[in-house]
Amino acid sequence: MMATSYSAKDEDGHITVSGPGAGTLRSKKPENTAFKQQRLPAWQPILTAGTVLPAFFIIGLIFIPIGIGLYVTSNNIKEFEIDYTGVDMSSPCFNCSQNYSWNSTRPCTCTIPFYLETPYESNVFMYYGLSNFYQNHRRYVKSRDDSQLNGDVGSLQKPSKECEPYAYHENRPVAPCGAIANSMFNDTLELFYNNPNGTKLQIPLTSTGIAWWTDKHVKFRNPGNDPNLTAAFQGTTKPVNWRRPVYELDSDPENNGFINEDFIVWMRTAALPTFRKLYRIIQKKNSMVPTLPRGNYTLEVVYNYPVRRFEGRKRVILSTISWMGGKNPFLGIAYMTVGSVCFLLGVVLLIIHHKYGNRNNSADISN
Amino acid sequence: MSNVGECMMELSGDERRVDSRTIYVGHQSGPTNEAFIPPKFCDNRIVSSKYTVWNFLPKNLFEQFRRIANFYFLIIFLVQVIVDTPTSPVTSGLPLFFVITVTAIKQGYEDWLRHKADNEVNKYPVTVLEDGRRIRKESEKIKVGDVVEVEEDETFPCDLILLQSTRDDGTCFVTTASLDGESNHKTHYTVPDIETDLEALSATIECEQPQPDLYKFVGRMQIHKNNQDPTVRSLGPENLLLKGATLKNTQKIHGVAVYTGMETKMALNYQGKSQKRSAVEKSINAFLLVYLCILVSKALVCTTLKYVWQSKPGQDEPWYNEKTQREKDTNQYLKMFTDFLSFMVLFNFIIPVSMYVTVEMQKFLGSFFIAWDKDFYDPEIKEGALVNTSDLNEELGQVEYVFTDKTGTLTQNNMEFIECCIDGIQYSPRDRSIEMDVTDGPVSKLQQRAGREMEELFLRALCLCHTVQVKESTGQDQDQVDGHVDQVDGLGVDEVLDESQEQIGFIASSPDEVALVKGAMRYGFRFLGLESKTMKILNRNNDVEMYDLLHVLNFDPVRRRMSVIVRSGSGDTLLFCKGADSSIFPRVKKEEVERIRMHVERNATEGYRTLCVAYKYLCEDEYAQVDAELREARLALQDRDEKLMAVYNQVETGMSLIGATAVEDRLQEEAAETMEALQGAGIKVWVLTGDKMETAKSTCYACRLFQRSTELLELTVRTLEDGGRRREERLHELLIEYHKKAVQDAPPVKAGVRRSWASTNQDYGFIIDGASLSMVFNSSSDSSSSNYKNLFLQICQNCTAVLCCRMAPLQKAQIVKMVKNSKGSPITLSIGDGANDVSMILEAHVGIGIKGKEGRQAVRNSDYAIPKLKHLKKLLLAHGHLYYVRIAHLVQYFFYKNLCFILPQFLYQFFCGYSQQPLYDAAYLTMYNICFTSMPILAYSLLEQHISIDALLDKATLYREIGKNAMLRWGPFLYWTLLGIFHGVVFFFGVRLLFSNPALQDNGQVFGNWSYGTIVFTVLVFTVTLKLALDTRHWTWINHFVIWGSLAFYVFFSFFWGGIIWPFMSQQRLYFVFANMLSSVSAWLVIILLILLSLLPEILFVVFHKPRSHHARQVISQCLLPAACSAVMPTAFACLGECSTSEHPNLCA
Repeated sequence: MMATSYSAKDEDGHITVSGPGAGTLRSKKPENTAFKQQRLPAWQPILTAGTVLPAFFIIGLIFIPIGIGLYVTSNNIKEFEIDYTGVDMSSPCFNCSQNYSWNSTRPCTCTIPFYLETPYESNVFMYYGLSNFYQNHRRYVKSRDDSQLNGDVGSLQKPSKECEPYAYHENRPVAPCGAIANSMFNDTLELFYNNPNGTKLQIPLTSTGIAWWTDKHVKFRNPGNDPNLTAAFQGTTKPVNWRRPVYELDSDPENNGFINEDFIVWMRTAALPTFRKLYRIIQKKNSMVPTLPRGNYTLEVVYNYPVRRFEGRKRVILSTISWMGGKNPFLGIAYMTVGSVCFLLGVVLLIIHHKYGNRNNSADISN
Repeated sequence: MSNVGECMMELSGDERRVDSRTIYVGHQSGPTNEAFIPPKFCDNRIVSSKYTVWNFLPKNLFEQFRRIANFYFLIIFLVQVIVDTPTSPVTSGLPLFFVITVTAIKQGYEDWLRHKADNEVNKYPVTVLEDGRRIRKESEKIKVGDVVEVEEDETFPCDLILLQSTRDDGTCFVTTASLDGESNHKTHYTVPDIETDLEALSATIECEQPQPDLYKFVGRMQIHKNNQDPTVRSLGPENLLLKGATLKNTQKIHGVAVYTGMETKMALNYQGKSQKRSAVEKSINAFLLVYLCILVSKALVCTTLKYVWQSKPGQDEPWYNEKTQREKDTNQYLKMFTDFLSFMVLFNFIIPVSMYVTVEMQKFLGSFFIAWDKDFYDPEIKEGALVNTSDLNEELGQVEYVFTDKTGTLTQNNMEFIECCIDGIQYSPRDRSIEMDVTDGPVSKLQQRAGREMEELFLRALCLCHTVQVKESTGQDQDQVDGHVDQVDGLGVDEVLDESQEQIGFIASSPDEVALVKGAMRYGFRFLGLESKTMKILNRNNDVEMYDLLHVLNFDPVRRRMSVIVRSGSGDTLLFCKGADSSIFPRVKKEEVERIRMHVERNATEGYRTLCVAYKYLCEDEYAQVDAELREARLALQDRDEKLMAVYNQVETGMSLIGATAVEDRLQEEAAETMEALQGAGIKVWVLTGDKMETAKSTCYACRLFQRSTELLELTVRTLEDGGRRREERLHELLIEYHKKAVQDAPPVKAGVRRSWASTNQDYGFIIDGASLSMVFNSSSDSSSSNYKNLFLQICQNCTAVLCCRMAPLQKAQIVKMVKNSKGSPITLSIGDGANDVSMILEAHVGIGIKGKEGRQAVRNSDYAIPKLKHLKKLLLAHGHLYYVRIAHLVQYFFYKNLCFILPQFLYQFFCGYSQQPLYDAAYLTMYNICFTSMPILAYSLLEQHISIDALLDKATLYREIGKNAMLRWGPFLYWTLLGIFHGVVFFFGVRLLFSNPALQDNGQVFGNWSYGTIVFTVLVFTVTLKLALDTRHWTWINHFVIWGSLAFYVFFSFFWGGIIWPFMSQQRLYFVFANMLSSVSAWLVIILLILLSLLPEILFVVFHKPRSHHARQVISQCLLPAACSAVMPTAFACLGECSTSEHPNLCA
């Protein structure tokens, strides 16, 4: 009747107890250390309205000014954006956008005039922007070979599998391989200032300093130590969509091959399908003269890059930059909002705390 | 294990062939002609371990992957290996490997412990007679047929047939305390006609195949003597000594092994400990299911949207992002399926692999705190608490019912004579002078003393009216005792009785009787023993008085008294009777009762066990008649019991009351306080005991389970027989009546553990005994049986305390099972010390063993073992509470942190063309759960004390706050889930808005997708860690170290990971991403903003919630000062508002 439940090993209870090993093992008195007795000294914070109240006010008082600062800063940033996709018939680039083919030898050029209403005082950053371009598509993001880009000769001749289907062309390894490199943005953008006196002045654009320093100097490297890039890239072929091989991207040897900054910028895949990438910098030459004075300008585009096929848009952005980066009112608004909310909550809490405090006191008094 | 299997196989094989086994005693074949084929039996090895060195790896892996979670992760891993998935197999393979390894190590360690325990038993040295020599052997080497020698106080190493005993009469005494909990001595007999020279013995034993019934054994023994025909002796259970029983009071025995190892009756009774699962684990599994649904639906949504999105022209394969030939060739449906799998893999982190390992580690490490607790250390036995399972730590915080054994658990099973009352005058033996002291009882104001004659009569009655045996000391004890006796003789026997001498010697089925005999000893009357029907008493004057024992009118629970009839030296025939007051008072002269009743009642109130003593003279004629009637009744073949009872009742009348005794079954230290604390914690305490009802009842009173005001509802054999009708009818009637009283008339009790125990209503206590219980359970018709069971259960649930007495071990388990499976499936805890409690210990959700005197059975089968009952309070109220809070928080936090980890990744799919592009780098995906966020929560779940231990012990009511799995119900789960969703959305869209202009550096350079992910991840790690910091109420240096250390490690790791071009990596995605991020002011600002924004609701929640409970706690602590209490309560509660009124008094209590 009671026969259901005994553990086999447990039968000889007495034997086990009298066993010397077990006896000494168990008779050890627990050590009286703070840790083992769970009595470590501890700080025991209790969040109450009283302790949190000042924090709310402080947060409010800090955030609101920061928010205002950010907002003002963002508003002071001048930004000018031109969509030159050429969707409309009226658009100067309409023609170019229509009859496009990769193989056409004659570049299609279009000219877009625009007017800057305010002078741009500091350095002006010229971005190109693409929309509905999924640079963050998984197949796209992984389609690159970083060791090839890092100058590894082996990878140059034998690109990684990840680059497929842009790894080999006509049985020759593609350098740089992969979908990202293959689809590099290749419109040429030039900016002219239309002097009121009628002359057209080309604005000098700096094409260095647009990529991360570490990318340019460490992550990207040309293969071999040969200063002659043509020889270094011997045996490889250019990406299918490119017009020139990688060693002819720029005449400056410090900005050619894999370390071409336009290329490096492109290779840093964007986070969202609508993005902008830094194209050129217009350096401020003279502290007396604004970088871009008020007036008429012309944007000359060598229209190479097709976006209409995937409903994409292309645009050029001229922007000044502040300590917080480009124009973005979000941070300022967010900070102001959170700051105000904190402040308001502080007030609400104060009222509640006040009420509670009274009750609390009355209880104490009766004590 | 293989060994066991072999045995079992062999066993079952044997059973098919023959239903008996033949054993050659001492391996000597009989002089028969048949060839001696030694039969193959299994050896005496006990195996409880699961693995051997060789099969550990494959078997353990198999066991582990049978767990659904592990299997799931294995599948994910395989999918990652086979299918082209967004993350590398390492991301899920590494954590899985980690989990499997840690678990394997833990299980290996536990199995090693089992091996060690097995070895302790198996290697225990025993003496075996072989060819006339005594050989020391290891216990495991005993073979069937070996003649084994066992000495006093040793346990039998296997099942033996008793061949020889050192006692003259061929008997030996054993106690089966560790088998069935009965601590009295049982007599076993040698097989008759065995030669004294065992070497020369040639015999075969034929007996049945091993079977688990402890009380059945059939066999016969053929003894061969010099070519004579063999003598055949039958063998029964009285010849069989069971493994696990202990030899007592007998110097040495020899026996032949008949069943060994896993075939012993005890081993056959072994039932593998069923895996107990805690409620928390069930909650985890439920949550897991929810998350699995979330995961699958996320993957489905993404897959669907992906194909919707792709159906638009130009989206699926724009010119800049062409597919490989293989991708183009893949079947559309297969592609859809692999896409689905890819999404599953991408989001699989939502089901945290590491949660299992963290939970396991938390349980494993956390249980050390129980073993380490010095409050559980008992200097007497020099042991602390023992943790056998670490899986149930948190269950200790959820207990709703405590089932406790009485003897040895509530009480010390150590009876002590407290005082007596002779002729209405109270005596107390506290002072050890020769003369009896009259204490200042309420009656004896005049220092009067009962007549000397009365005193002596009373003491003689105590000395004679019992069934106690005097223990014959043996062996080593002998010298010791002799020494003592000599010494005592020198001082004069009746002067000082040495403690050690008191301890020698009395054996009785009831410890009360021993206490009474010892009590008499203190007053100078010493019982010397019973020799062939003559009882010898040493009286105060050091004279030996002799009494002829004529009849013993045995105790039975219905009469509730016992008597002896003796003839004194002077020839008087006397009847002495002792029994419960209620059964004595009606049988004595009315005028004597009143003087004594007062004492009895007072003693009973104090929780002592009281007995009244009466006597009467029997004249010669009377005795002759009684004698004749008794003899006749004893010989009756039909209705013997009834006839005997009738004679007893007839004889035990017209007696005169001499006095009353009070014996205390000492409660365990702080038993009453512990019980009170448990009841305060909303736990219902049921006492399940094999003991008599009266005894158990008085214990219940003593430990305040029953109060004076408690109305007792009795459902016992006695009440059932009251009505004089059929028991079934009466049972029905009583059940209905009690149900009406306790359930229907009682005010509706609020659901849940909050019982209105503080209400002014009548408290009920329920008493049931084993016989009635089996009637309730096994009522004739099925429908009424379940009905009775329900009634019974409902009554019990409405009673403050329930006492079940006269329970068989299995009935204890039945009751536990009944409550366990009742509505709401409450968490049950059983606590006991003896082997008879094992069944209920195994049955209950949590089994606690007391490291008592009755062997180790309970301890070994328990989940936790503590030295004393009083430790239960801290174990439940402090440890249990903390463990529950810790693990509940751990579980919720884990799900939360993984939800807000994966949600941004899910949201990102909407922005990357549903291409399964991971938002975070693989290193972050892998390390998030292993390194960045695992340690703080582990430290929290080991160290957190949201309320200090002292406060938990002070205020038992705090235990109710976490009752019914309060922190893991769907409400809190929903809260955490919403919090996770909120955080995930804030992280993702906060950064998304920032990235509407990705030119975030002051040099105009732009950030890419990895920067995006890194910013989100940074916010995530900080928020999740700080959220835990907000929840931490108990900051030890370890918490500080781990929390800030984790954050620092994250930053350090990110720099490190991004600071090097890793040669083995094909892509350098994070190269300097983190450093560049930190160079951007906007990134800093957005990180700070988002962390704060995420934590804001949490802070608010805490602030709006905390004042109340904190305030309440203050009030309670004030209330602990009783004077302040009454003044504070009204106002305090007025302001609290939400506190239910029922709580007032117990806060003050």
